[in-house]
Amino acid sequence: MEVFFQQIINGLTLGSIYALIALGYTMVYGIIQLINFAHGEIFTAGGYIGVIVLSFMQARGVLETHPFLGLLLAFLLAMIYCAFLAVALETVAYRPLRRASRLSLLLSALGMSIFLSNGMMLSQGVYDKAYPHFFTSGGFEVGGVIVTSMQVFIIIGSVLLMIGLNLFVNRTRLGKAMRSTAQDRVMSAILGINANKTIVTTFVIGAALAAAAGVMVGLYYGSVRFDMGFIPGIKAFSAAVLGGIGNLTGAMLGGMIIGMVEIFAAGYLASEYKDVFAFIILILVLYFRPTGIMGEQVDDTRV
Amino acid sequence: MSPRPLLKFVIVLIWAFILLFPMLGIEEGRFVWDRVLRVMAVITAAGMLVLIYHYLLKGLSFRPKIFDASTQFRPPRRLLIGLGVLGVLALPWIADNYGRDIAINVLIYVSLGLGLNIVVGLAGLLDLGYIAFYAVGAYTYALLNTNFGVPFWLALPVGCVISACVGAFIGYPTLKMRGDYLAIVTLGFGEIIRIVLNNWDKVTKGPNGILGIKAPGMFYPVVENGSVQFAHLYMKNLVWMYYLILAIALLIMLAVYRLNTSRIGRAWMAVREDETAAELTGIHTTRMKLYAYMLGAIFAGFAGAFFAAKVRYVNPSSFIFLESALVLCIVVLGGMGSIPGIIIGAAAIIVLPEMFRGLALYRMAAFGGAMTAMMVFRPEGLLPAKRKAQEVEMEREIAGIP
Amino acid sequence: MLSVEDIHTYYGHIHALKGISLAVKEKEIVCLIGSNGAGKSTTLMTVNGILHPKEGRIFFLGRDITMLPADKIAGLGITQVPEGRRILPRLSVEDNLEMGAFLVKDKKVIRRNRDEVYDLFPLLAKRRKQQGGTLSGGEQQMLAIGRALMSKPRLLLLDEPSLGLAPLIVEKIFAIIRQINASGTTIFLVEQNANMALSISTNAYVMESGRITLKGASKDLAEDEAIRKAYLGED
Repeated sequence: MEVFFQQIINGLTLGSIYALIALGYTMVYGIIQLINFAHGEIFTAGGYIGVIVLSFMQARGVLETHPFLGLLLAFLLAMIYCAFLAVALETVAYRPLRRASRLSLLLSALGMSIFLSNGMMLSQGVYDKAYPHFFTSGGFEVGGVIVTSMQVFIIIGSVLLMIGLNLFVNRTRLGKAMRSTAQDRVMSAILGINANKTIVTTFVIGAALAAAAGVMVGLYYGSVRFDMGFIPGIKAFSAAVLGGIGNLTGAMLGGMIIGMVEIFAAGYLASEYKDVFAFIILILVLYFRPTGIMGEQVDDTRV
Repeated sequence: MSPRPLLKFVIVLIWAFILLFPMLGIEEGRFVWDRVLRVMAVITAAGMLVLIYHYLLKGLSFRPKIFDASTQFRPPRRLLIGLGVLGVLALPWIADNYGRDIAINVLIYVSLGLGLNIVVGLAGLLDLGYIAFYAVGAYTYALLNTNFGVPFWLALPVGCVISACVGAFIGYPTLKMRGDYLAIVTLGFGEIIRIVLNNWDKVTKGPNGILGIKAPGMFYPVVENGSVQFAHLYMKNLVWMYYLILAIALLIMLAVYRLNTSRIGRAWMAVREDETAAELTGIHTTRMKLYAYMLGAIFAGFAGAFFAAKVRYVNPSSFIFLESALVLCIVVLGGMGSIPGIIIGAAAIIVLPEMFRGLALYRMAAFGGAMTAMMVFRPEGLLPAKRKAQEVEMEREIAGIP
Repeated sequence: MLSVEDIHTYYGHIHALKGISLAVKEKEIVCLIGSNGAGKSTTLMTVNGILHPKEGRIFFLGRDITMLPADKIAGLGITQVPEGRRILPRLSVEDNLEMGAFLVKDKKVIRRNRDEVYDLFPLLAKRRKQQGGTLSGGEQQMLAIGRALMSKPRLLLLDEPSLGLAPLIVEKIFAIIRQINASGTTIFLVEQNANMALSISTNAYVMESGRITLKGASKDLAEDEAIRKAYLGED
């Protein structure tokens, strides 16, 4: 039983991270119908900025005295950096293809994904880059279940970010304009909403969430690597599809499900096949519910 | 002269600096400038060239003349085709082993591209896990040959049948799904197959792969003691290999050419254009999609078995997602549907990284950038099918793009 | 106020507008009638910047808006109730209205405009929390008009407001159009229901396969033999 609850905690942690990445996929897909393959690399970039900031502070000796400032800066700078990166991507690789076939757009994203992961390999090296061992200690035990402070931090942090996103999308003018553009771009333009601005906003928010997830992964697993974005990227996109693409709640739910499935499959079945189970769940769900769990929020458009 | 391009240039520089500095310029608690400045210098130089082009050439309202085919000297078509055929046939005798190897790779990817084109280009089903069928073909031959000594020529049809079955198996549950769901599910299937190959140690030997696969054999007649006998030869060298894959590729081309104009080919196109309408005109759409999957899988199986026979060694790392992406890139770059387009696309995708080989480590990054650039500048592919080009134009007009 | 000068618009190779010229004066209701596929909606979409003409010019308040993007044109005070209403289906009625006032920055003004819309269509106030996609056809038409009014446009483009609605609701919608015009908004109305359109408007244009075939005061056109035959269903 302890093992079971331990798995739940681990699954929640991983699921939160997937959910954060999945939100970026689902928002971008909802607004320009693009599977943004470079999103996984944005997540990686976030992880790198986190380690760069923390290592810099550690080398300067500031981290020991101001650990929380370090954490705050790592997240903040990673999110800002990735927002800049996403805007650059959108302007250079996606905007010129706004009217082109969706396959060309997809391949442009794929090209950027290859470019970015190799660019990070060139600048940051082929090997794992270790996060300062500063935040890994600590935690508590409840009835045999160990909950590390990092897990608590990740779960609470993700929930806060998701609440923030929810408020932004449902309460603010810009957030509503974003949804409006996703639902009917032509009508939104008639109402005076600049599609390019809302699309850029979408990219910025998605990137910031992915960046936060990147720093969390770095802190949780202790290191980052240039190609670490690929597998979580696919799984997060699966999560977005699982929940019903374009649907924010669906993406969060999908992320949690994929995270749980992965942890439980690794724990009870076979750890080397954990990725397989995530995909099998995806295929099963889509077979019985072709629009995902929560239903999709995009119109039927073809390749 | 308007200041706008200059302003843009400055913004690009600032933006590039923001993106580059943290990644290149911070080491062990210090700021290191030389790497950042070097890259910034390259970007500035490139930007200057664009600016000069913009101000000088465009300012003088000079535009590079578009290649005008009508005024060009055109050698007779037959001569061109004849020369082409001769060139393709003579290639292994002109080129060295490196050149032969590249040529063989191009032909493998031509076969794969033609196969995927049936799925994506003709039937309009976005498949991101196509390389799985290639893997199935390769492992089928590898396993049959190393475990049971089955020769290539026998394993080839078996591999195709198994690939087709896997195609049907993957295709069936995904048929109800629409475009992008299909994409992620096929990607998932592709990964599942790779993961299984990687972990099923007993059969596939995991990441170590399978060694000692025999090359295809061939019997040839010899006259010995006055009677004709058959001797056996393994077609190990690259010249044999080249002709073998050339034959496979030509066979596939012929099949695709026939398919394009056949009833089934038109049915696929109908499914692609409007599934509901196709259904209403009596086309069995699910069956058609399944056929597309299976046929695509068969061609990939062919190519896979050949690949195993050529390299005589298979391991899972040859079948990663990037390979599926490359094949898709060939199809799109080739203009979705034209056989010559796919040949050019395959040549570009295989030869381009070879050209970047001088860039060593920078090769893949350059390749990724080139891929995006190709899509941005030629979104309809290098040789778009005519009808497609018009469609794109029409879409633009409706969207109000001048 | 609005003057369209000899515009040609294409859909791909289809020459949809073959030289349309028309003018709308301040405070007027001008209507454009014609059969299905004559190019009426294309004309509106070209005016509001979703489509751009290959030739010709469009002026609004003396300013050349021919090549301006749609969101900029909206900023100048042109709004549209498009064909098919195009309610944002997964936004609530209230949010739909708020999007109508996207260009209005002042929260107080937005609230005041919204209250005015609710006064005009009390039904919408009752449905304020409901998602736009769940409204009935008539309600959606009201919402579309209400949404357009949220930005206090100077020129309102109405595309087939009567389409698919029950006669009683059509009557009501047209009464409201008159009311909107009386409060000072210029209206450019596109209709297939020529009877209603001619009764409400001051000037009218008749369109056939991409060209203006007739123009004049609505009163005169309503009495024109050819019009009566072609569009008013009389033999």
